[in-house]
Amino acid sequence: MSTTLAPPREPPEAPADVSSRRLTERVFRIRESGIIAVLALFVLITAIIQPRFVSSSNIQFILVNTAVYALVALGETMVIITRNVDLSVQSVLALSAYLSAGLFGHVHGIPIPVVFLVGFGIGVVFGAANGLMVSLGRVPSLVVTLATLYIIQGIDILIVGGNEVVASSLPAGFVAIPNATVFGIPWEAIGVAAAIGVGAYYLRSFRSGRELYAIGSNPEGAQLAGIPVAKRVFVAFTLCGGIAGLGGVLWAAEYQTINTSAGGNNFSLIVIASVVVGGVAIFGGSGTPVGAAIGALLLGTINVALDVLGISDFWDQAIAGFLLLVAITLDRLISLRLAAALRKRSARDGT
Amino acid sequence: MEPDRDMSLAATVDAPPGWRSRIPARNMLRWETGLAVVVVAIGVLGVTTSSEFLTGTNLFNLGLQSGEIAIMALPMALIIISGEIDLSVASIMGMASAVLGYLFGKGWPMPAVFVVVLLVGILAGAINGLLVTRVGLPSLAVTIGTLGLYRGVANIILGPNTISNFPTAYTNIGVNGVFGTNLSFSAAIFIVLAVIFGVVLHFTPAGRSIYAMGASPEAATFAGIRVKRIKTLLYITSGVICSLAGVLLTFRLSTAVNTNGLGLELDVVAVVLLGGVSIFGGKGTIAGVVLGVLAFAGISNALLLTNFNQEAASIPVGILLLISVFVPNMAQLTRRLRDAIARRSRSAPSAPAIGAGHD
Repeated sequence: MSTTLAPPREPPEAPADVSSRRLTERVFRIRESGIIAVLALFVLITAIIQPRFVSSSNIQFILVNTAVYALVALGETMVIITRNVDLSVQSVLALSAYLSAGLFGHVHGIPIPVVFLVGFGIGVVFGAANGLMVSLGRVPSLVVTLATLYIIQGIDILIVGGNEVVASSLPAGFVAIPNATVFGIPWEAIGVAAAIGVGAYYLRSFRSGRELYAIGSNPEGAQLAGIPVAKRVFVAFTLCGGIAGLGGVLWAAEYQTINTSAGGNNFSLIVIASVVVGGVAIFGGSGTPVGAAIGALLLGTINVALDVLGISDFWDQAIAGFLLLVAITLDRLISLRLAAALRKRSARDGT
Repeated sequence: MEPDRDMSLAATVDAPPGWRSRIPARNMLRWETGLAVVVVAIGVLGVTTSSEFLTGTNLFNLGLQSGEIAIMALPMALIIISGEIDLSVASIMGMASAVLGYLFGKGWPMPAVFVVVLLVGILAGAINGLLVTRVGLPSLAVTIGTLGLYRGVANIILGPNTISNFPTAYTNIGVNGVFGTNLSFSAAIFIVLAVIFGVVLHFTPAGRSIYAMGASPEAATFAGIRVKRIKTLLYITSGVICSLAGVLLTFRLSTAVNTNGLGLELDVVAVVLLGGVSIFGGKGTIAGVVLGVLAFAGISNALLLTNFNQEAASIPVGILLLISVFVPNMAQLTRRLRDAIARRSRSAPSAPAIGAGHD
């Protein structure tokens, strides 16, 4: 399960014919390769049947639709890597969407970046609350975030009441965010991709980022190794909340009419499904935000592809669920194989 | 999910002893006792704020509204005690409802429809169970997948259609209680099932082995417990019970749509955890789950009567859920804080953090 954490023990000196084997091995070692293959295959088949699928407008549509899920999946990945989970992202997103978009109606001429900051801030507050309870209280994150999912949802319902933010109260520049493109690529997708890039770089190359993996692989060991476990977990939850808050602002820009149903009923579980499909182990210690984003992209692509192929929307969820099961089953089988192969080789090398 | 920091050996051995009461003082500190007080308080609050609370109609509605959640909470409790989780319960419910509506719409006789719905529940549970036990996948991920898959099957079967012309003989369960009482049909089934589940969990070897595998799967395996078989059976039981809940929901709403029961899985988990069942497995009682059900149903119902926005009932439920995890950990929490303060005041940064949080 922990293929991305710490380079696995390589045999001391590899024989000569090994370089080609190394390359294929390295490709297989990339957890995301399987999901990329599935995505490519899916796009290819759909495009052959219906070339309209790869039209630029359709690709833009997919990218914009996926952006929010991929963004929130970044935060969720950080939390899941530490062997925790955050179920509350959907209510954080809904509350942030309503409050931040509502600002346009209350504060006239408020700059759009300020609204994004406010959305982030709202998320940070709730993320920090989750983080505090999980890291200091040492209570299971599944229970804590299930509770905060309920509480924040209730707060949202009380605040929103029967009201809603209507599209006409939003400035043109805000509403235009999902439609703005450069070289045919939506700005929104570029922004989200940049955020995921930064997140991936942080997790891969920063000491504190690597420590998140260590915590997820072996919490007790990480503690004994002197890693400030509580602090790292707290920061992961806080960032996850903040990112979900940002996701709320993007959601508002996309859907424009905002009431308590922003994000939908199953948003958290869809995000977690994206993360897991993207090769992040649900019990922590391995996986990357890039994989999670590809997972979100795959689920988003399936949605649109079925539409394009003329298959009813009603098939989406079954296929997404089935795919998740296939993804985790394959991951399990591959990691078992890999472990067996490594064991055999180290036995042969006499280490 | 979380490392089992708080599942020290001592805590495991402390697992609820079933029915045998031990030192009274100790029992007073149990979460179930506190929850019983909370349930009584909710009842008193309901009575004082609304004259309708204790009326027969209201009690009927209370049982009706929470009946299905309560029923599904029983197998969920066993699954969580065994160290796993099932997030697909509401989707199995929706799938059963869709199959029921579809086959009835096709003119099948009701008994035959019931048999198929039962088989659907068995199959759904078996798929969950086999993926978790035989393939060895984490149950959280598996059941998020089947949550989508089973709900998706409901979508495929019914599409945008609504089936609603069920015979009144069946839809009457949404109007009348059992034998002319104010006890809703689903609440009555819950009571019967709670007794059965309570007996199985607390008085049979199989029940004890569920605690054992929740506390330590390896130890349970070495002790000769058929961990995989029992877990698979638990998932199948859950599938069957959830399809039953789907039938009850369909008849009481007199409607089969693909969204039936959408999102209820978290309510079911919340009720179970509220009842003091540990998410790490190995701990919990059916009595606690029953109290959790009463607290959940009571809060929603009392808020309904007081004209408070009823959907915001999620706030008190969430707060209770938080209390339910913090209170049992209070002793450890305060000890840890005391340790931390002591370390600070000794101002010895060279002292490693060992001991903090570890027993």
